[in-house]
Amino acid sequence: MLLIPCPYCGERPEIEFTHGGEAHLIRPAPPAAVDEETWSQFLYMRTNLKGAYAERWRHARGCGKFFNALRDTTTDHFIAIYKAGEPKPA
Amino acid sequence: MSKQSFSALSLMWRGLSRHRGWQQQWRKPKPKPRYDAIIVGGGGHGLGAAYYLAKEHGFNDIAVLEKGWIGGGNTGRNTTIIRSNYLFNESAALYDHSLKMWENLSQVLNYNLMFSPRGVMMLAHTIHDIQVIKRHVHANRCNGVDNEWLEPAEAKAFCPPLNIENNIRYPVLGAALQRRGGTARHDAVAWGYARAADELGVDIIENCEVTGIRRDVSGAVEGVETTRGYIQSRKIGVSAAGHSSVVLKLAGVRLPLESFPLQALVSEPVKPVFPCVVMSNTIHAYISQSDKGELVIGAGTDAYTSYTQRGALHINMHTLDAICELFPAFRRLRMLRNWGGIVDVTPDRSPIIAKTPVPGLYVNCGWGTGGFKATPGSAHLFAWTIARDEPHPINAPFTIERFRDGVLIDEAAAAAVAH
Repeated sequence: MLLIPCPYCGERPEIEFTHGGEAHLIRPAPPAAVDEETWSQFLYMRTNLKGAYAERWRHARGCGKFFNALRDTTTDHFIAIYKAGEPKPA
Repeated sequence: MSKQSFSALSLMWRGLSRHRGWQQQWRKPKPKPRYDAIIVGGGGHGLGAAYYLAKEHGFNDIAVLEKGWIGGGNTGRNTTIIRSNYLFNESAALYDHSLKMWENLSQVLNYNLMFSPRGVMMLAHTIHDIQVIKRHVHANRCNGVDNEWLEPAEAKAFCPPLNIENNIRYPVLGAALQRRGGTARHDAVAWGYARAADELGVDIIENCEVTGIRRDVSGAVEGVETTRGYIQSRKIGVSAAGHSSVVLKLAGVRLPLESFPLQALVSEPVKPVFPCVVMSNTIHAYISQSDKGELVIGAGTDAYTSYTQRGALHINMHTLDAICELFPAFRRLRMLRNWGGIVDVTPDRSPIIAKTPVPGLYVNCGWGTGGFKATPGSAHLFAWTIARDEPHPINAPFTIERFRDGVLIDEAAAAAVAH
Protein backbone atom coordinates (compact mmCIF):
# COMPACT_ATOMS: atom_id res chain seq x y z
CA MET A 1 0.00 0.00 0.00
CA LEU A 2 1.32 3.43 -0.92
CA LEU A 3 1.96 6.11 1.68
CA ILE A 4 0.68 9.23 -0.01
CA PRO A 5 1.78 12.69 1.13
CA CYS A 6 -1.39 14.79 1.01
CA PRO A 7 -0.26 18.45 0.73
CA TYR A 8 -2.93 19.40 3.31
CA CYS A 9 -2.84 16.51 5.81
CA GLY A 10 0.58 14.88 5.46
CA GLU A 11 1.37 11.21 4.81
CA ARG A 12 -1.65 8.93 4.87
CA PRO A 13 -2.27 5.33 3.69
CA GLU A 14 -3.47 4.81 0.15
CA ILE A 15 -6.92 3.50 1.17
CA GLU A 16 -7.86 7.05 2.22
CA PHE A 17 -7.41 8.22 -1.39
CA THR A 18 -8.98 7.79 -4.76
CA HIS A 19 -6.94 7.99 -7.94
CA GLY A 20 -8.07 10.66 -10.37
CA GLY A 21 -6.21 9.59 -13.50
CA GLU A 22 -3.90 11.64 -15.68
CA ALA A 23 -3.41 15.28 -14.64
CA HIS A 24 -3.35 18.42 -16.78
CA LEU A 25 -6.01 17.27 -19.26
CA ILE A 26 -7.77 20.42 -20.36
CA ARG A 27 -11.43 20.22 -21.24
CA PRO A 28 -11.93 21.66 -24.72
CA ALA A 29 -14.36 24.54 -25.08
CA PRO A 30 -16.89 25.66 -26.19
CA PRO A 31 -18.47 22.17 -26.28
CA ALA A 32 -20.58 22.70 -29.40
CA ALA A 33 -17.60 23.89 -31.43
CA VAL A 34 -15.32 20.97 -30.53
CA ASP A 35 -14.96 18.20 -33.11
CA GLU A 36 -15.13 14.47 -32.34
CA GLU A 37 -11.40 13.93 -32.64
CA THR A 38 -10.66 16.57 -30.00
CA TRP A 39 -13.36 15.19 -27.70
CA SER A 40 -12.02 11.66 -27.99
CA GLN A 41 -8.50 12.90 -27.20
CA PHE A 42 -9.79 14.58 -24.04
CA LEU A 43 -12.19 11.84 -22.94
CA TYR A 44 -10.35 8.64 -23.80
CA MET A 45 -6.75 8.97 -25.02
CA ARG A 46 -4.14 8.80 -22.28
CA THR A 47 -0.38 9.24 -22.16
CA ASN A 48 -0.10 6.18 -19.87
CA LEU A 49 3.55 7.03 -19.40
CA LYS A 50 6.20 4.63 -18.15
CA GLY A 51 8.27 6.96 -15.95
CA ALA A 52 7.49 10.25 -14.21
CA TYR A 53 3.72 10.53 -14.61
CA ALA A 54 1.63 13.52 -13.54
CA GLU A 55 -1.60 12.29 -11.98
CA ARG A 56 -4.48 13.48 -9.81
CA TRP A 57 -5.33 12.13 -6.39
CA ARG A 58 -8.22 12.97 -4.10
CA HIS A 59 -7.97 12.59 -0.34
CA ALA A 60 -11.54 11.27 -0.39
CA ARG A 61 -11.61 9.77 3.10
CA GLY A 62 -9.69 12.72 4.55
CA CYS A 63 -9.78 16.39 3.67
CA GLY A 64 -11.63 15.67 0.41
CA LYS A 65 -9.32 17.84 -1.66
CA PHE A 66 -7.84 17.09 -5.06
CA PHE A 67 -4.12 17.50 -5.61
CA ASN A 68 -1.54 16.46 -8.19
CA ALA A 69 1.45 14.17 -7.91
CA LEU A 70 4.42 13.29 -10.04
CA ARG A 71 5.03 9.57 -9.55
CA ASP A 72 7.51 7.23 -11.19
CA THR A 73 5.31 4.44 -12.60
CA THR A 74 8.27 2.07 -12.76
CA THR A 75 8.88 2.22 -8.99
CA ASP A 76 5.70 3.85 -7.57
CA HIS A 77 7.87 6.41 -5.75
CA PHE A 78 6.40 9.90 -5.47
CA ILE A 79 8.75 12.47 -7.00
CA ALA A 80 6.71 15.59 -6.20
CA ILE A 81 3.36 16.60 -4.76
CA TYR A 82 1.72 19.88 -5.74
CA LYS A 83 -1.63 21.56 -5.41
CA ALA A 84 -4.30 21.54 -8.11
CA GLY A 85 -3.85 24.48 -10.45
CA GLU A 86 -0.11 24.69 -9.95
CA PRO A 87 2.12 23.91 -12.95
CA LYS A 88 3.78 20.51 -13.26
CA PRO A 89 7.25 20.58 -11.63
CA ALA A 90 10.05 20.40 -14.19
CA MET B 1 13.86 -28.54 -37.62
CA SER B 2 11.69 -31.63 -37.53
CA LYS B 3 9.18 -31.53 -34.77
CA GLN B 4 9.16 -34.10 -32.06
CA SER B 5 5.62 -35.43 -31.93
CA PHE B 6 4.01 -35.88 -28.53
CA SER B 7 1.66 -38.74 -27.69
CA ALA B 8 0.96 -40.91 -24.64
CA LEU B 9 3.17 -43.57 -26.20
CA SER B 10 6.10 -41.20 -26.88
CA LEU B 11 5.92 -39.79 -23.36
CA MET B 12 6.00 -43.31 -21.90
CA TRP B 13 8.90 -44.27 -24.16
CA ARG B 14 10.96 -41.23 -23.07
CA GLY B 15 10.16 -42.02 -19.46
CA LEU B 16 11.36 -45.59 -19.82
CA SER B 17 14.49 -44.52 -21.71
CA ARG B 18 15.69 -42.24 -18.89
CA HIS B 19 14.41 -39.03 -20.48
CA ARG B 20 17.19 -38.93 -23.03
CA GLY B 21 16.44 -37.63 -26.50
CA TRP B 22 14.11 -34.75 -25.67
CA GLN B 23 14.63 -32.05 -28.28
CA GLN B 24 14.74 -28.30 -27.88
CA GLN B 25 11.23 -27.09 -28.67
CA TRP B 26 12.15 -23.90 -30.47
CA ARG B 27 15.37 -22.43 -31.85
CA LYS B 28 17.22 -19.40 -30.44
CA PRO B 29 17.90 -17.59 -33.72
CA LYS B 30 19.81 -14.34 -34.19
CA PRO B 31 17.67 -11.59 -35.71
CA LYS B 32 17.90 -11.31 -39.50
CA PRO B 33 18.18 -7.83 -41.09
CA ARG B 34 14.65 -7.98 -42.50
CA TYR B 35 11.38 -9.88 -42.18
CA ASP B 36 8.04 -9.86 -44.03
CA ALA B 37 6.27 -9.30 -40.72
CA ILE B 38 7.29 -8.60 -37.14
CA ILE B 39 5.21 -9.28 -34.06
CA VAL B 40 6.21 -7.26 -31.00
CA GLY B 41 5.44 -9.24 -27.86
CA GLY B 42 6.03 -12.94 -27.23
CA GLY B 43 3.03 -13.80 -25.13
CA GLY B 44 0.25 -16.16 -26.18
CA HIS B 45 -1.45 -13.52 -28.34
CA GLY B 46 1.75 -12.57 -30.20
CA LEU B 47 3.12 -16.10 -30.68
CA GLY B 48 -0.33 -17.23 -31.80
CA ALA B 49 -0.54 -14.39 -34.32
CA ALA B 50 2.85 -15.41 -35.78
CA TYR B 51 1.68 -19.02 -35.93
CA TYR B 52 -1.55 -18.17 -37.80
CA LEU B 53 0.28 -15.77 -40.15
CA ALA B 54 2.57 -18.64 -41.13
CA LYS B 55 -0.07 -21.35 -41.09
CA GLU B 56 -3.05 -19.66 -42.73
CA HIS B 57 -1.73 -16.66 -44.62
CA GLY B 58 1.41 -18.02 -46.26
CA PHE B 59 3.93 -15.76 -44.51
CA ASN B 60 7.19 -17.65 -44.20
CA ASP B 61 9.47 -14.91 -42.91
CA ILE B 62 8.24 -13.71 -39.54
CA ALA B 63 9.92 -12.68 -36.30
CA VAL B 64 8.45 -12.45 -32.82
CA LEU B 65 10.39 -9.94 -30.70
CA GLU B 66 10.12 -10.39 -26.95
CA LYS B 67 11.88 -8.09 -24.51
CA GLY B 68 12.00 -10.73 -21.76
CA TRP B 69 11.34 -14.41 -22.14
CA ILE B 70 8.31 -15.85 -23.93
CA GLY B 71 5.20 -16.25 -21.83
CA GLY B 72 6.82 -14.32 -18.96
CA GLY B 73 4.32 -11.49 -19.03
CA ASN B 74 0.60 -11.76 -18.58
CA THR B 75 0.43 -15.18 -20.28
CA GLY B 76 2.24 -16.60 -17.27
CA ARG B 77 0.54 -14.38 -14.69
CA ASN B 78 -3.19 -14.82 -15.21
CA THR B 79 -5.69 -17.13 -13.48
CA THR B 80 -6.33 -19.17 -16.68
CA ILE B 81 -10.10 -18.76 -16.75
CA ILE B 82 -11.78 -19.36 -20.11
CA ARG B 83 -15.38 -18.36 -20.84
CA SER B 84 -17.39 -16.52 -23.49
CA ASN B 85 -20.56 -15.40 -21.70
CA TYR B 86 -20.25 -11.70 -22.55
CA LEU B 87 -23.33 -9.52 -22.94
CA PHE B 88 -22.98 -7.73 -26.26
CA ASN B 89 -23.22 -9.35 -29.70
CA GLU B 90 -19.75 -8.15 -30.74
CA SER B 91 -18.11 -9.52 -27.58
CA ALA B 92 -20.00 -12.80 -27.64
CA ALA B 93 -18.87 -13.37 -31.24
CA LEU B 94 -15.26 -12.55 -30.36
CA TYR B 95 -14.94 -14.61 -27.19
CA ASP B 96 -16.94 -17.55 -28.51
CA HIS B 97 -14.73 -17.65 -31.61
CA SER B 98 -11.88 -18.10 -29.17
CA LEU B 99 -13.65 -20.66 -26.97
CA LYS B 100 -14.40 -22.81 -30.02
CA MET B 101 -10.70 -22.71 -30.93
CA TRP B 102 -9.68 -23.76 -27.39
CA GLU B 103 -11.76 -26.92 -27.74
CA ASN B 104 -9.37 -28.61 -30.18
CA LEU B 105 -6.24 -26.47 -29.79
CA SER B 106 -4.26 -29.21 -28.01
CA GLN B 107 -4.77 -31.47 -31.04
CA VAL B 108 -4.01 -28.69 -33.55
CA LEU B 109 -0.73 -27.77 -31.83
CA ASN B 110 0.10 -31.35 -30.75
CA TYR B 111 0.74 -29.90 -27.29
CA ASN B 112 -1.23 -30.70 -24.16
CA LEU B 113 -2.75 -27.38 -23.10
CA MET B 114 -4.73 -29.15 -20.36
CA PHE B 115 -7.89 -27.37 -21.50
CA SER B 116 -10.52 -28.37 -18.99
CA PRO B 117 -14.10 -27.21 -19.68
CA ARG B 118 -15.12 -27.74 -16.07
CA GLY B 119 -17.75 -25.00 -16.01
CA VAL B 120 -17.61 -21.34 -14.98
CA MET B 121 -20.18 -20.24 -12.42
CA MET B 122 -20.93 -16.54 -11.79
CA LEU B 123 -22.70 -15.80 -8.52
CA ALA B 124 -25.60 -13.45 -7.84
CA HIS B 125 -25.83 -11.84 -4.39
CA THR B 126 -28.46 -9.13 -4.81
CA ILE B 127 -31.75 -8.65 -6.63
CA HIS B 128 -29.90 -6.45 -9.08
CA ASP B 129 -27.35 -9.22 -9.69
CA ILE B 130 -30.16 -11.66 -10.42
CA GLN B 131 -31.64 -9.33 -13.01
CA VAL B 132 -28.31 -8.56 -14.66
CA ILE B 133 -27.15 -12.17 -14.70
CA LYS B 134 -30.46 -13.44 -16.10
CA ARG B 135 -30.19 -10.79 -18.79
CA HIS B 136 -26.73 -12.12 -19.60
CA VAL B 137 -28.07 -15.69 -19.74
CA HIS B 138 -30.82 -14.71 -22.21
CA ALA B 139 -28.51 -12.54 -24.33
CA ASN B 140 -25.93 -15.34 -24.48
CA ARG B 141 -28.51 -17.91 -25.54
CA CYS B 142 -29.73 -15.59 -28.32
CA ASN B 143 -26.13 -15.52 -29.52
CA GLY B 144 -25.74 -19.30 -29.36
CA VAL B 145 -23.47 -19.13 -26.29
CA ASP B 146 -24.39 -21.65 -23.61
CA ASN B 147 -25.29 -20.18 -20.24
CA GLU B 148 -27.92 -21.26 -17.75
CA TRP B 149 -29.47 -20.00 -14.54
CA LEU B 150 -29.03 -22.05 -11.36
CA GLU B 151 -30.95 -21.71 -8.11
CA PRO B 152 -28.76 -21.70 -4.97
CA ALA B 153 -29.28 -25.43 -4.28
CA GLU B 154 -28.32 -26.26 -7.87
CA ALA B 155 -25.23 -24.07 -7.56
CA LYS B 156 -24.28 -25.92 -4.37
CA ALA B 157 -24.78 -29.27 -6.13
CA PHE B 158 -22.44 -28.14 -8.92
CA CYS B 159 -19.85 -26.73 -6.50
CA PRO B 160 -20.13 -28.47 -3.09
CA PRO B 161 -17.73 -26.19 -1.14
CA LEU B 162 -20.02 -23.21 -1.79
CA ASN B 163 -21.77 -21.71 1.24
CA ILE B 164 -25.41 -20.98 0.36
CA GLU B 165 -26.59 -20.23 3.91
CA ASN B 166 -28.23 -16.84 4.31
CA ASN B 167 -26.16 -15.91 7.37
CA ILE B 168 -23.40 -14.22 5.38
CA ARG B 169 -23.21 -10.59 4.36
CA TYR B 170 -23.87 -11.32 0.68
CA PRO B 171 -25.75 -14.64 0.51
CA VAL B 172 -25.78 -16.58 -2.76
CA LEU B 173 -29.14 -15.99 -4.45
CA GLY B 174 -28.35 -17.92 -7.62
CA ALA B 175 -25.75 -18.31 -10.32
CA ALA B 176 -25.16 -18.43 -14.04
CA LEU B 177 -23.27 -21.44 -15.34
CA GLN B 178 -21.38 -21.70 -18.60
CA ARG B 179 -20.55 -25.39 -18.84
CA ARG B 180 -18.22 -24.97 -21.84
CA GLY B 181 -16.05 -22.56 -19.85
CA GLY B 182 -13.11 -23.72 -17.75
CA THR B 183 -9.35 -23.43 -17.46
CA ALA B 184 -6.16 -24.31 -19.37
CA ARG B 185 -2.46 -24.50 -18.58
CA HIS B 186 -1.25 -20.97 -19.29
CA ASP B 187 2.48 -21.68 -19.84
CA ALA B 188 1.64 -24.50 -22.22
CA VAL B 189 -0.25 -22.04 -24.42
CA ALA B 190 2.88 -19.94 -24.96
CA TRP B 191 5.12 -23.00 -25.36
CA GLY B 192 2.68 -24.79 -27.68
CA TYR B 193 2.33 -21.79 -29.99
CA ALA B 194 6.09 -21.11 -29.86
CA ARG B 195 6.93 -24.65 -30.85
CA ALA B 196 4.33 -24.78 -33.62
CA ALA B 197 5.34 -21.35 -34.98
CA ASP B 198 9.04 -22.22 -34.85
CA GLU B 199 8.39 -25.34 -36.89
CA LEU B 200 6.81 -23.15 -39.58
CA GLY B 201 9.99 -21.06 -39.68
CA VAL B 202 9.05 -18.20 -37.34
CA ASP B 203 12.09 -16.69 -35.58
CA ILE B 204 11.34 -16.25 -31.88
CA ILE B 205 13.82 -13.69 -30.57
CA GLU B 206 13.91 -13.25 -26.81
CA ASN B 207 15.71 -10.52 -24.84
CA CYS B 208 15.04 -8.14 -27.71
CA GLU B 209 13.27 -4.93 -26.71
CA VAL B 210 11.86 -2.59 -29.33
CA THR B 211 13.25 0.91 -28.71
CA GLY B 212 12.12 2.73 -31.84
CA ILE B 213 9.83 2.46 -34.86
CA ARG B 214 11.19 3.86 -38.14
CA ARG B 215 8.83 5.31 -40.73
CA ASP B 216 9.43 6.27 -44.37
CA VAL B 217 8.52 9.60 -46.00
CA SER B 218 4.94 8.45 -46.64
CA GLY B 219 4.57 7.76 -42.92
CA ALA B 220 4.45 3.97 -43.30
CA VAL B 221 6.55 1.78 -41.03
CA GLU B 222 9.81 0.47 -42.41
CA GLY B 223 11.40 -1.23 -39.42
CA VAL B 224 12.11 -1.33 -35.70
CA GLU B 225 15.10 -0.34 -33.63
CA THR B 226 15.78 -2.95 -30.99
CA THR B 227 18.31 -3.69 -28.29
CA ARG B 228 19.69 -6.26 -30.75
CA GLY B 229 19.95 -3.89 -33.71
CA TYR B 230 17.78 -2.48 -36.48
CA ILE B 231 15.32 -4.89 -38.14
CA GLN B 232 13.49 -3.97 -41.32
CA SER B 233 9.84 -4.85 -41.94
CA ARG B 234 6.85 -3.27 -43.67
CA LYS B 235 4.31 -4.96 -41.40
CA ILE B 236 4.55 -4.63 -37.62
CA GLY B 237 1.96 -6.07 -35.25
CA VAL B 238 2.14 -4.90 -31.65
CA SER B 239 0.82 -7.35 -29.08
CA ALA B 240 2.47 -5.92 -26.00
CA ALA B 241 -0.33 -5.95 -23.38
CA GLY B 242 0.45 -3.49 -20.57
CA HIS B 243 3.25 -1.90 -22.61
CA SER B 244 1.15 -1.23 -25.73
CA SER B 245 1.03 2.52 -25.01
CA VAL B 246 4.82 2.57 -24.63
CA VAL B 247 5.46 0.78 -27.94
CA LEU B 248 2.84 2.70 -29.94
CA LYS B 249 4.19 5.99 -28.61
CA LEU B 250 7.38 5.22 -30.57
CA ALA B 251 5.28 5.70 -33.72
CA GLY B 252 3.45 8.70 -32.32
CA VAL B 253 0.14 6.87 -31.78
CA ARG B 254 -1.89 7.62 -28.65
CA LEU B 255 -4.15 4.88 -27.31
CA PRO B 256 -7.19 4.93 -25.02
CA LEU B 257 -5.35 2.77 -22.48
CA GLU B 258 -4.29 2.93 -18.86
CA SER B 259 -1.98 0.26 -17.42
CA PHE B 260 -2.74 -1.10 -13.96
CA PRO B 261 -1.19 -3.84 -11.82
CA LEU B 262 -3.54 -6.83 -11.51
CA GLN B 263 -2.74 -9.36 -8.82
CA ALA B 264 -3.31 -13.06 -8.37
CA LEU B 265 -2.34 -15.54 -5.68
CA VAL B 266 -2.30 -19.28 -5.02
CA SER B 267 -2.79 -21.32 -1.89
CA GLU B 268 -0.72 -24.25 -0.71
CA PRO B 269 -1.58 -27.34 -2.79
CA VAL B 270 -4.37 -29.56 -1.50
CA LYS B 271 -6.20 -32.61 -2.81
CA PRO B 272 -8.94 -32.02 -5.40
CA VAL B 273 -11.62 -30.06 -3.55
CA PHE B 274 -12.88 -27.59 -6.08
CA PRO B 275 -14.55 -28.91 -9.24
CA CYS B 276 -15.20 -25.77 -11.26
CA VAL B 277 -14.46 -22.05 -11.63
CA VAL B 278 -16.45 -19.66 -9.44
CA MET B 279 -16.58 -15.91 -9.98
CA SER B 280 -18.41 -13.23 -8.09
CA ASN B 281 -18.28 -9.78 -9.63
CA THR B 282 -20.22 -8.21 -6.78
CA ILE B 283 -17.97 -9.22 -3.90
CA HIS B 284 -14.94 -9.80 -6.10
CA ALA B 285 -13.90 -13.43 -5.87
CA TYR B 286 -12.37 -15.51 -8.64
CA ILE B 287 -11.29 -19.02 -7.76
CA SER B 288 -10.46 -22.37 -9.30
CA GLN B 289 -8.08 -25.22 -8.50
CA SER B 290 -5.07 -26.05 -10.63
CA ASP B 291 -4.05 -29.61 -11.42
CA LYS B 292 -1.14 -29.13 -9.00
CA GLY B 293 -3.75 -28.65 -6.27
CA GLU B 294 -3.24 -24.96 -5.59
CA LEU B 295 -6.33 -22.81 -5.35
CA VAL B 296 -5.82 -20.11 -7.95
CA ILE B 297 -7.35 -16.82 -6.85
CA GLY B 298 -7.71 -13.68 -8.89
CA ALA B 299 -7.60 -10.34 -7.08
CA GLY B 300 -8.39 -6.91 -8.41
CA THR B 301 -6.46 -4.11 -10.04
CA ASP B 302 -4.73 -1.47 -7.97
CA ALA B 303 -6.24 2.00 -7.96
CA TYR B 304 -3.35 3.69 -9.74
CA THR B 305 -1.55 3.22 -13.07
CA SER B 306 1.80 1.50 -12.74
CA TYR B 307 4.32 -0.70 -14.56
CA THR B 308 5.75 -2.34 -11.44
CA GLN B 309 4.23 -5.86 -11.75
CA ARG B 310 3.38 -5.76 -8.06
CA GLY B 311 0.51 -4.38 -6.08
CA ALA B 312 -0.74 -3.69 -2.60
CA LEU B 313 -1.66 -6.38 -0.10
CA HIS B 314 -5.04 -4.88 0.76
CA ILE B 315 -6.23 -5.71 -2.76
CA ASN B 316 -5.55 -9.40 -2.11
CA MET B 317 -7.09 -9.26 1.36
CA HIS B 318 -10.29 -7.86 -0.11
CA THR B 319 -10.63 -10.91 -2.35
CA LEU B 320 -9.71 -13.32 0.43
CA ASP B 321 -12.44 -11.84 2.64
CA ALA B 322 -14.98 -12.79 -0.02
CA ILE B 323 -13.46 -16.25 -0.59
CA CYS B 324 -13.55 -17.04 3.13
CA GLU B 325 -17.23 -16.13 3.36
CA LEU B 326 -18.22 -18.08 0.27
CA PHE B 327 -16.04 -21.11 1.05
CA PRO B 328 -15.62 -21.40 4.83
CA ALA B 329 -13.61 -24.62 4.39
CA PHE B 330 -10.72 -22.57 2.95
CA ARG B 331 -10.34 -20.27 5.96
CA ARG B 332 -7.34 -22.15 7.34
CA LEU B 333 -5.54 -22.58 4.03
CA ARG B 334 -2.23 -20.79 3.75
CA MET B 335 -1.46 -18.68 0.73
CA LEU B 336 1.72 -19.73 -1.04
CA ARG B 337 2.61 -16.81 -3.29
CA ASN B 338 1.20 -13.74 -4.99
CA TRP B 339 2.26 -11.71 -7.98
CA GLY B 340 1.13 -8.98 -10.33
CA GLY B 341 0.90 -8.37 -14.05
CA ILE B 342 0.39 -5.12 -15.93
CA VAL B 343 -2.94 -4.97 -17.73
CA ASP B 344 -3.92 -2.42 -20.36
CA VAL B 345 -7.46 -1.29 -19.70
CA THR B 346 -9.70 0.50 -22.21
CA PRO B 347 -12.53 2.82 -21.11
CA ASP B 348 -15.19 0.31 -22.26
CA ARG B 349 -13.24 -2.80 -21.13
CA SER B 350 -13.29 -4.23 -24.65
CA PRO B 351 -10.10 -4.89 -26.59
CA ILE B 352 -8.67 -3.25 -29.70
CA ILE B 353 -7.61 -5.52 -32.60
CA ALA B 354 -7.10 -3.10 -35.43
CA LYS B 355 -5.09 -1.11 -37.91
CA THR B 356 -3.58 2.07 -36.53
CA PRO B 357 -3.42 5.47 -38.28
CA VAL B 358 0.17 4.51 -39.30
CA PRO B 359 0.25 2.34 -42.47
CA GLY B 360 1.74 -1.09 -41.79
CA LEU B 361 1.35 -0.80 -38.02
CA TYR B 362 -1.27 -2.98 -36.32
CA VAL B 363 -2.23 -3.28 -32.68
CA ASN B 364 -3.81 -5.96 -30.52
CA CYS B 365 -4.27 -4.50 -27.06
CA GLY B 366 -6.74 -3.40 -24.42
CA TRP B 367 -7.50 -6.91 -23.16
CA GLY B 368 -7.41 -5.51 -19.67
CA THR B 369 -8.03 -8.07 -16.96
CA GLY B 370 -9.40 -10.81 -19.23
CA GLY B 371 -7.15 -11.55 -22.18
CA PHE B 372 -6.09 -15.14 -21.53
CA LYS B 373 -9.44 -16.64 -22.53
CA ALA B 374 -9.21 -14.87 -25.88
CA THR B 375 -5.68 -16.02 -26.77
CA PRO B 376 -6.41 -18.29 -29.78
CA GLY B 377 -9.24 -16.19 -31.20
CA SER B 378 -7.38 -12.93 -30.76
CA ALA B 379 -4.22 -14.32 -32.34
CA HIS B 380 -6.19 -15.74 -35.25
CA LEU B 381 -8.02 -12.46 -35.95
CA PHE B 382 -4.90 -10.35 -35.49
CA ALA B 383 -3.03 -12.49 -38.03
CA TRP B 384 -5.92 -12.02 -40.48
CA THR B 385 -5.87 -8.24 -39.95
CA ILE B 386 -2.10 -8.03 -40.51
CA ALA B 387 -2.08 -10.31 -43.54
CA ARG B 388 -4.99 -8.69 -45.39
CA ASP B 389 -4.59 -5.15 -44.10
CA GLU B 390 -8.26 -5.21 -43.14
CA PRO B 391 -10.11 -6.62 -40.14
CA HIS B 392 -11.97 -9.93 -40.05
CA PRO B 393 -15.74 -9.33 -39.63
CA ILE B 394 -15.48 -10.53 -35.99
CA ASN B 395 -12.87 -7.93 -34.98
CA ALA B 396 -14.12 -5.16 -37.27
CA PRO B 397 -15.99 -3.40 -34.39
CA PHE B 398 -12.91 -3.47 -32.12
CA THR B 399 -11.18 -0.40 -33.56
CA ILE B 400 -9.41 2.56 -31.96
CA GLU B 401 -11.84 4.87 -33.78
CA ARG B 402 -14.84 3.51 -31.88
CA PHE B 403 -13.98 5.95 -29.11
CA ARG B 404 -14.11 8.88 -31.52
CA ASP B 405 -17.27 7.64 -33.26
CA GLY B 406 -19.17 6.78 -30.08
CA VAL B 407 -19.68 3.08 -30.87
CA LEU B 408 -18.31 1.67 -27.64
CA ILE B 409 -18.71 -2.02 -26.80
CA ASP B 410 -19.40 -1.24 -23.22
CA GLU B 411 -18.73 -4.46 -21.31
CA ALA B 412 -17.58 -2.23 -18.44
CA ALA B 413 -21.13 -1.05 -17.90
CA ALA B 414 -22.50 -4.54 -18.61
CA ALA B 415 -20.49 -6.25 -15.89
CA ALA B 416 -20.01 -3.24 -13.61
CA VAL B 417 -16.48 -4.42 -12.81
CA ALA B 418 -13.27 -5.12 -14.60
CA HIS B 419 -13.39 -8.68 -15.86
